[in-house]
Amino acid sequence: MSETTSTAPQAIAPKRSFHYFANPARFVRVADAVYPWCFYAALICLGVGFYTALFVAPADYQQGETVRIMYVHVPAAWMAMFIYANMALASASLLIWRHPLAGAFAKAAAPIGAAFTFLALFTGAFWGKPMWGAWWVWDARLTSVLILFFIYLGHIALVDAFDNPDRGQKAAAVLCLVGAVNLPIIKFSVDWWNTLHQPASITKLGTPSIHSSMLWPLLIMAIGYMLFFACLAIIRTKSELLAAKQRSLSLRALHAGGGD
Amino acid sequence: MNTFLAVLRRDLRLALRRSGDLATVVLFFILTASLFPFGVGPDPNLLARMAPGIVWVTALLAVLLSLERIFLADYEDGSLELLRISPVSLELVVLAKITAHWLTTGLPLTTAAPILAILFNLPSEALPTLLLTLLIGTPTLSLVGAVGAALTLGARRGGVLIPLLVLPLNVPVLIFGTGAVDAAISGFPAQANLALLGAVGALMLFVGPVAAAAAVRQAVE
Repeated sequence: MSETTSTAPQAIAPKRSFHYFANPARFVRVADAVYPWCFYAALICLGVGFYTALFVAPADYQQGETVRIMYVHVPAAWMAMFIYANMALASASLLIWRHPLAGAFAKAAAPIGAAFTFLALFTGAFWGKPMWGAWWVWDARLTSVLILFFIYLGHIALVDAFDNPDRGQKAAAVLCLVGAVNLPIIKFSVDWWNTLHQPASITKLGTPSIHSSMLWPLLIMAIGYMLFFACLAIIRTKSELLAAKQRSLSLRALHAGGGD
Repeated sequence: MNTFLAVLRRDLRLALRRSGDLATVVLFFILTASLFPFGVGPDPNLLARMAPGIVWVTALLAVLLSLERIFLADYEDGSLELLRISPVSLELVVLAKITAHWLTTGLPLTTAAPILAILFNLPSEALPTLLLTLLIGTPTLSLVGAVGAALTLGARRGGVLIPLLVLPLNVPVLIFGTGAVDAAISGFPAQANLALLGAVGALMLFVGPVAAAAAVRQAVE
């Protein structure tokens, strides 16, 4: 590393930066090594998380046993936002540095994010029914998550709308970034709209802080979700890369056949 | 600036020569809005209460209807590609096209809005606020819509895709627009909502042309 006498190998030696892992082949190698760890860690976290959430954590003094929905619901909502933030970063690096890996990742992550968002909405409805007496209320947070879900659906539809997959990924990247700029405004406007139209008809979780016996299962579940997302993202990104490779190989074969 | 004016003049002339499209948007606006009384009943108080929302939602849909027009014809006959390879800034060209779109949709919709205000018994003191919100808010609809229109160029089922991309992003405009009119109806000052509407528009004035130009570059690459 300290050798500077020969400049040629230095020049082509890849720098160990963020871009180092943007090479698809290198990504696959790293991902293959990381995957089993992710998988078993996810399995353990989700197992421990579910057990502690369903059997160990205490029932809420007000909400009773239904509070256990929280352990599925809250991490899902966190993931919905976390995955979108990831997609926005990937989209930016696709548009700025044209990393093909970033496009594959954003495309791979979108349905997972949409699924987590749907899970948050779905479990929210099941939590809302006993707590608020309705499956759905136009609460500010519910509404902004619903809009996030729509943005995910738009992203998924746009990625698949083109005959040229590269174009789909780039168009979806622009949409993802525009959405990222808009999401805070949407969140803010929805908060405001809600306080304007139906002031304080909904009491949120009254406790400002959460007891550690409930916090730990929640955090373990969140880590489990995160690792589960990593597993799915690795599998889906790899299959995206393989599909792209297969496309370019069959195109090359076609050109070779036509040229002769 | 000359480029801007040249593209604007060209797009306006094209739009005016097909003034049927223009009339369709306004007709759609009035027709769709006049369906609501059939749905919710003719109670004047209820209609007055719903008027800001109905006007804004139908304006949003009417703008949606016309979005494809911004780029599609130019994309199909190749002039968009010429504009892209010309030395002028594509962002400026896109902004001119968006302005032309607003002048031929947002502005006519705003001028048609008083008809709906009468049909829905909107209190007359709220009418100036309604028109002001439309005047400030509809350019934002054109700016956001242009991004959706540019992104779907060359897409399969592009026309169906645009609403899916654009509608969620238009939620803030809808909220602040109706919020201002609601405030005016109940006698509160509407400045806060109007200012926020303007702020969203100012942000989109920057984001819209940049994102739409990026999408156009991808489309004609």
